[in-house]
Amino acid sequence: MAMAIDTALPVGRPLRLRLDRDELIKRGLMLVIALYLLVALAAPLAIMLSKSFSTYSFDLAKFEFQLSDKDGNWGEPVTAAALNEKLNAVPPTKLATNSDGRLQATSFFPDFSFRSPVKYKIRGTTSDATYLVGLNPQSGTEWQEFTSNDFRRVMLRPSRALGLENYTAYFSTPTLFRSIENSVFIALVSTIITVGLAFGFAYALNRSCMRFKDAFKLVAMVPILVPSLLPGIALIYLFGNQGLLKDLLMGTSIYGPLGIVVGSIFFAFPHAMIIISTALAISDQRHYEAAESLRASRWRTFWTVTIPGARYGLISAAFVVFTLVITDFGLPKVIGGQYNVLAVDIYKQVIGQQNFEMGAVVSVILLVPAIAAFIVDRMVTKKQVALLSARSVPYQPKPNRGFDTLCLAWCSLIAVFILGIMATSQFAALVKLWPYDLSLSLKHFAFDRMDGGGWGSYYNSIRLAALTAVIGTVIIFVGAYMVEKTDGFRSGRTAFQFLAMLPMAVPGMVLGLAYIFFFNDPSNPLNAIYGTMTILVVCTITHFYTVGHLTALTALKQIDQEFEPVAASLKQPFYKLFARVTVPVCLPAILDISIYIFVNAMTTVSAVVFLYSKDTTLASVAVLNMDDAGDVAPAAAMAMMIFYTNAIARLIHLLLSRVLIKRTQAWRMR
Amino acid sequence: MRHETLAGQPRIPTEVSAMTAASLNVKPAYLKIANVWKAFGDFHALKDISLDISEGEFVCFLGPSGCGKTTLLRAIAGLDLQTRGSIQQGGRDVSTLPPSQRDYGIVFQSYALFPNLTIARNIAFGLENTKRPRAEIEARVTELLKLVGLPEQGNKYPAQLSGGQQQRIALARAIAISPGLLLLDEPLSALDAKVRTHLRHEIKELQRKLGVTTIMVTHDQEEALSMADRIVVMNHGVIEQIGTPTEIYRHPATLFVADFIGEANKFEARASNNAVGIGAASFHCEPHDYDDGTPVIAAIRPEDIIPHASGSLANGAAANTIDVTISEMEFLGSFWRTRLHGHALGNETLIADFSINAARRLSLVPGGELTVELPAERLLIYPRGA
Repeated sequence: MAMAIDTALPVGRPLRLRLDRDELIKRGLMLVIALYLLVALAAPLAIMLSKSFSTYSFDLAKFEFQLSDKDGNWGEPVTAAALNEKLNAVPPTKLATNSDGRLQATSFFPDFSFRSPVKYKIRGTTSDATYLVGLNPQSGTEWQEFTSNDFRRVMLRPSRALGLENYTAYFSTPTLFRSIENSVFIALVSTIITVGLAFGFAYALNRSCMRFKDAFKLVAMVPILVPSLLPGIALIYLFGNQGLLKDLLMGTSIYGPLGIVVGSIFFAFPHAMIIISTALAISDQRHYEAAESLRASRWRTFWTVTIPGARYGLISAAFVVFTLVITDFGLPKVIGGQYNVLAVDIYKQVIGQQNFEMGAVVSVILLVPAIAAFIVDRMVTKKQVALLSARSVPYQPKPNRGFDTLCLAWCSLIAVFILGIMATSQFAALVKLWPYDLSLSLKHFAFDRMDGGGWGSYYNSIRLAALTAVIGTVIIFVGAYMVEKTDGFRSGRTAFQFLAMLPMAVPGMVLGLAYIFFFNDPSNPLNAIYGTMTILVVCTITHFYTVGHLTALTALKQIDQEFEPVAASLKQPFYKLFARVTVPVCLPAILDISIYIFVNAMTTVSAVVFLYSKDTTLASVAVLNMDDAGDVAPAAAMAMMIFYTNAIARLIHLLLSRVLIKRTQAWRMR
Repeated sequence: MRHETLAGQPRIPTEVSAMTAASLNVKPAYLKIANVWKAFGDFHALKDISLDISEGEFVCFLGPSGCGKTTLLRAIAGLDLQTRGSIQQGGRDVSTLPPSQRDYGIVFQSYALFPNLTIARNIAFGLENTKRPRAEIEARVTELLKLVGLPEQGNKYPAQLSGGQQQRIALARAIAISPGLLLLDEPLSALDAKVRTHLRHEIKELQRKLGVTTIMVTHDQEEALSMADRIVVMNHGVIEQIGTPTEIYRHPATLFVADFIGEANKFEARASNNAVGIGAASFHCEPHDYDDGTPVIAAIRPEDIIPHASGSLANGAAANTIDVTISEMEFLGSFWRTRLHGHALGNETLIADFSINAARRLSLVPGGELTVELPAERLLIYPRGA
């Protein structure tokens, strides 16, 4: 028998590997990218969270005044609180304010006249009491003296306190908290319908022998290429106040839940379809043969084999659609009418009412369902992977005339819906004056005559998309490589992985608002990038980080884990292996990441709507603004420009992939 | 050093120790592993491992999965640092050096060939960046391709080669930089049986030609026995025995080794003076230090049992024989495996392998009777309950 030599592990510290240059470079790179994610994601979100708990009010006990008579004899000092108690000049409700609040010091002196020879003094009773003289912030307990004329310009500033007041205010305002119900309702209905439609579509693609499968696949992908505003605009053209098909609705208004749901189905459909189609594609032919040999009916087979096999796909699709719909801003903005949803509330609070704290509260509330959906989706996706590795014989559909015709009808119906929306938008962009003059013209493409930044917006968008695609792909791929192919430094890698997954759970509106809080703070050294193209690039990369990261991880996981040890044993630096092997082998995935980011940067509205400036207007935001200003046809035209651009980008991506793969992936051919 | 690892187990035939010591003292140690531990939380994958390997030696780490053999190899390579202990290579302390600063070539079970580079570029990978002129690199690649028996294949991609060919390329890539140490991590496990046997021979041949110190991890005893100069048998994170293939096979130091390598009949027995009692019978054996009556395990390999025609030895007078009945015979190609029962053994079954010739000569048939001899020098005695 083995002799268990009962010597214990000698005391002492575990040995540590001496770091070589390779390892130092790797850790340095990982640190840089982690720092990027901290600055571009974690810090803004943290500031936003703290803002949502910040309340501002004028603390009148903190200010003290002294007043002189005409001859310059000073009276007794008196606090603003005491004055207010006597005069009731500022009612208590007016004392609550936001971070920008100002209160004129003269409010406490009903007899004030700027021509009077009377002089005033002010000081704080505590050192943190601040007030403005003109635009200069002052604070401290030193008396400052003013003439009447100057005293007009003295403004008291509120003090900040932490508390739940913003949340209490939110939940005691029915117009605000009803949005939660609305958002959840819209998201639930859209999810059920979209997943149902997408399942039928994916089922037909995978399990029937119907014709035109490739064409249907192509059509199903179209909505990814357009901003979510586009279906809204098209639906208004069809069913709006002057819509051609308005009568079909029999009095129901398209503005509101109906429009949001139909539009959401349009833009969420491809996402659900891809996920479910993948789930159906990995099913095992042998299960069906077993079912057939047991003489199970088609119906029974469907419920006992098909649905259980695809259940993870269905659950995952449902959560993805739910998150997409509940966090979408563009569509309800365009077609929501008076029907309030969370994402639009953030916009209204911030842009409309300049109430940043309340915007932060709504953001935090919107984060809850998004994060919950994200967590469930991650759990389910992990199980799906396990299913994938056990796959065996792929399913081969057999022709069945009745069933194939049914499938064809189902897919055609959906294709007509998608193409109908696209055609309407295209038609609206070209028609002179809907619905009165239906002759064609290009005048709506003269964007320079409209609000929204004109053609400049379009070129800005292309610049943003190109910059984000290139820089984002580099950052994401290098980051994923560091997570996947570095030994040791385990805690650092886990933290990094968490940061990389986080963006998926953060709605664009929330990210955008968090950026305002973080970057629009004069005391932040990064304040300089506020209002520039840089902040748009940073924000967009961060917004779409997770999907790219996951794509890169999947590709990297397929590479042999032993490459790094082999290269090290051959005394070659890791970057040589990276450049000569890792990148070429992962090239298809790298191209996928870049086109994904490009297309999304072209279509996104939510995050950037808070961050663009006069010089960095974007095409997607221009669609929103032109629609807002009533220029709906030019809005449709600009949305179509985004579509054309993305379609061309995809085409270039396809050709480039073919060429590059032919050149660099020759080894794949046997 | 053998005595260190086997401390508390003094009953090893003395001549074996002497042999091991002698073979160790031939050359100074090239690789010195001293008191190496590897802890994963509370689990100790390696427990106080010490081992010296001489220059040019071919050593196999052999053991069941989870015995720590791969962990030890990865510690030597600097891929998974040991928790405690030191490793010296060629007089240099490499204990905490990163892989790139150690001196070894490594071949993995998965080959780990770069799929997008041609065979020639794969082999040249470690030669680049060394200020060598291009022509010299090309010449070296050609030479290596010839060495591993795949000339003219340099322009193919790895996916175009068979598994065995790919493993040869991996080997060529590892030795291209003329490393002081060659590490092979189950290099043959992914190949089919025939290719494996062939490549076994080739690797051994190549190693002999290059004289490179080599460590191979394997769980296949046949591989270890046929290739290694010395075998390190491991189990549960400790070294059970170190020795030449014949030492390990003929004189397994522990019951685990006797059981893991080859096969062994095991009987509960009692020690007596220069003998063991199994059931009612008593057998002579090599001198041992057990007190009379100590419970022990007696073991013997099936092929060490010698058959005699029933009654050919007068009255069982010959030492160490018993009369048995054949209850089963199984034909295994080159020999017969038999299951034997005898009064003296009680309910125990004795498994014995007899050559085809012996079976024919003695007309062995199931149900037949014969006398078998358990030679004293082939009886192995181990402590019980350890």
